[in-house]
Amino acid sequence: MRKLPSKLYMYALYLFLYLPILVLIVFSFNVSKSRSNWTGFTLDWYVKLFHNETILTSLRNTVIVALAASIFATILGTTAALGINSMKKHSKTVFMNLTYIPVVSPEIIMGVSLMLLFQIFRTSFGFQFGFASLILAHISFDVPYVIYSVLPKLRGMNPSLVEAAQDLGCNQRQAFFKVVIPEIMPGIFTGFLMSVTYSVDDFVVSYFTSGTNVQTLSITIESMTRLKVSPEINALSAIIFLVICVILITKNILDNRKLRREQEQFRAAQRKESMV
Amino acid sequence: MKVSKVFAVPYAVWVLVFTIIPLGLVIGFALTDSDGGFTLQNLFDMSDYMAVLFRSILFAIIATVICLVLAFPAAYIISRAKSFNQSSLIVLIMVPMWTNFILRTYAWMTLLESNGLINKFLGLFGIGPLNLINNGGAVILGMVYNYLPFMILPLYSVMVKIDSSVIEAARDLGSNNFNLVRRVILPLSMPGINSGIIAVFIPSVSTFVISRMLGGGTNDLIGDIIESQFLGTSYNPHLGSAMALVLMIVVIFLMSLFNQFGSEEEAML
Repeated sequence: MRKLPSKLYMYALYLFLYLPILVLIVFSFNVSKSRSNWTGFTLDWYVKLFHNETILTSLRNTVIVALAASIFATILGTTAALGINSMKKHSKTVFMNLTYIPVVSPEIIMGVSLMLLFQIFRTSFGFQFGFASLILAHISFDVPYVIYSVLPKLRGMNPSLVEAAQDLGCNQRQAFFKVVIPEIMPGIFTGFLMSVTYSVDDFVVSYFTSGTNVQTLSITIESMTRLKVSPEINALSAIIFLVICVILITKNILDNRKLRREQEQFRAAQRKESMV
Repeated sequence: MKVSKVFAVPYAVWVLVFTIIPLGLVIGFALTDSDGGFTLQNLFDMSDYMAVLFRSILFAIIATVICLVLAFPAAYIISRAKSFNQSSLIVLIMVPMWTNFILRTYAWMTLLESNGLINKFLGLFGIGPLNLINNGGAVILGMVYNYLPFMILPLYSVMVKIDSSVIEAARDLGSNNFNLVRRVILPLSMPGINSGIIAVFIPSVSTFVISRMLGGGTNDLIGDIIESQFLGTSYNPHLGSAMALVLMIVVIFLMSLFNQFGSEEEAML
C-alpha cells in the first residue's frame, strides 16, 4: 500500500462499503422520520426500539434458534467429520460432495425444498411450523461449515498422538476425550462461531420455513421495510453494526497479539540457537 | 470408543432426510399436478417466464463481472500490504458482510429514493432528481454491494500465497504492469477467481430480496416468481417447484461449464 493510486482505490472501496451503513446510523439520531433531512439530534428511536415488543421478541427468537441450531450442528458436524476422516478415499469423496450440496445450492431452493418437507411432516404427523422447523432448517445449512472447519484439524493431527496416549495407559475412551477432542477444539469452536453467524444473518431459508407464528430478526426487519418505515430500524442497524465491529476488532487485536508473541518467541529461539 | 466410519451414520441420515429427500420433493412436485398425477405441464408453463429467467441470468452475470473487476485490484493491494495491516484490511471487508443483509439492502433503498441523500447531493449542483431506484441498475448495484466481499475474500486467499519474488522475477525479466497481471498474477489467481465467481453468481441469480427492495416490482427475477408461488399471491407449489428445478439445472450447468473452463486454464499452465 505504498503507492498513492492503490491507497485512493482502497479508500474509495471502503467508502462504498461503509457509506450506506454510516448514513443509516447517522439518521438513527434524527428527530424527524425523514431519511434525508436532518432536523436535530435525539435518542428517542433507541428508547422506542427497546420498547418495541415485536423487535424484542424476534431478537429473542433469533438467539434461541441460532444457539440451539449451532450447538446441535456442532455436535453432528464434529461426529460426522470424525467418521468421514476415518473413511476410505471413495466414500470420503461421496460424503464431501453431499456436504457441498447445501453450500452451493441457492438459498431459495434450500428454503422451498425444506418447506415442502415440513408441509409433508405437517400433514402426516401434525408437525408445527415454528421453532422446530426453523432449528431443523438452520442445522441443515450450518453442519457443512462445522465439517469444513473440523476436518482440516483432524487431517493435520499426528495419528501417533492417539497411539502414544494408549501406550501411556489411556483406554480408547480417554484417548478420545483427552487427546483427540482437545486437539481439534479450535476447529470445533470456529465451526460453532460460523454456525451462529450464518444463523443470525439468515433470511431466505428462515423466511420459507418459519411459518406465521415465530419471526426471527431478519424476517421482522424485512417486513418493517415493506410496511411502515421507522427510524427504529436505523437504531437497530447501529446496534448490530456496533456489536459486529466490537467482536471482529477484538478478535483481530487478539489474533495480532498472538501472532506478534509467536514471532517474538521464534526470534528469541533463533537468538538462543545462534548463541549456542 | 474407537473412532470409525460409524460416526458418520447420524450425519448420513440427516443428509438423506434434510437434503436429498427435500430436493427429491422439488423434482416430484415439479413433475406432478395438484391431484398428484404425472405431468410435464409445469415445465411447459415455464416458457411464460423465460424472459424473467434470462433477466436473472443476465443481471447475475453483470453483477459478477463488476464484482470481479472491483475485487481484483483490491485483493491484490491487500495481499501486498504488510502482514499486520493485511488482517485489519480483511476485517474491514468482513464487517459490512456480517451486518444484517436486509439492513444493508435497506440502506441503499434510503440512499437511492427520489428524495434520498444521493438525489439531495446531486440537487446541490442542479442535477435531478434522477430516477435511481426501482430499475435494473439499482438491482445490480444491490447485488454488487452485498456480494463484493464474497469475491474479495477468495481472491485474497490465493493472492496472498503468491511469492513476492515471483513478481520481482517477472519485473526483472522485463515484464510491464499489464504483462505482469496477464501472465503471472491472473493465472496464479485462477482458483480464487473460480470460487469467487461461484460465490457471487449463485446468490445473485437466485435472489428475491434485492430485486423486491431495489427493483420495485418492475424488475422481477426468477427468485421473486418462485417466492410468489410458495408464499405469495399466486400459490402453486407445483409450478414453483418446476421453476426451482429449472433454476437448479441452470446453476449446475453454468457452474460445470465454468469448472471445465477453469480446469482447462489450470491445465494450460
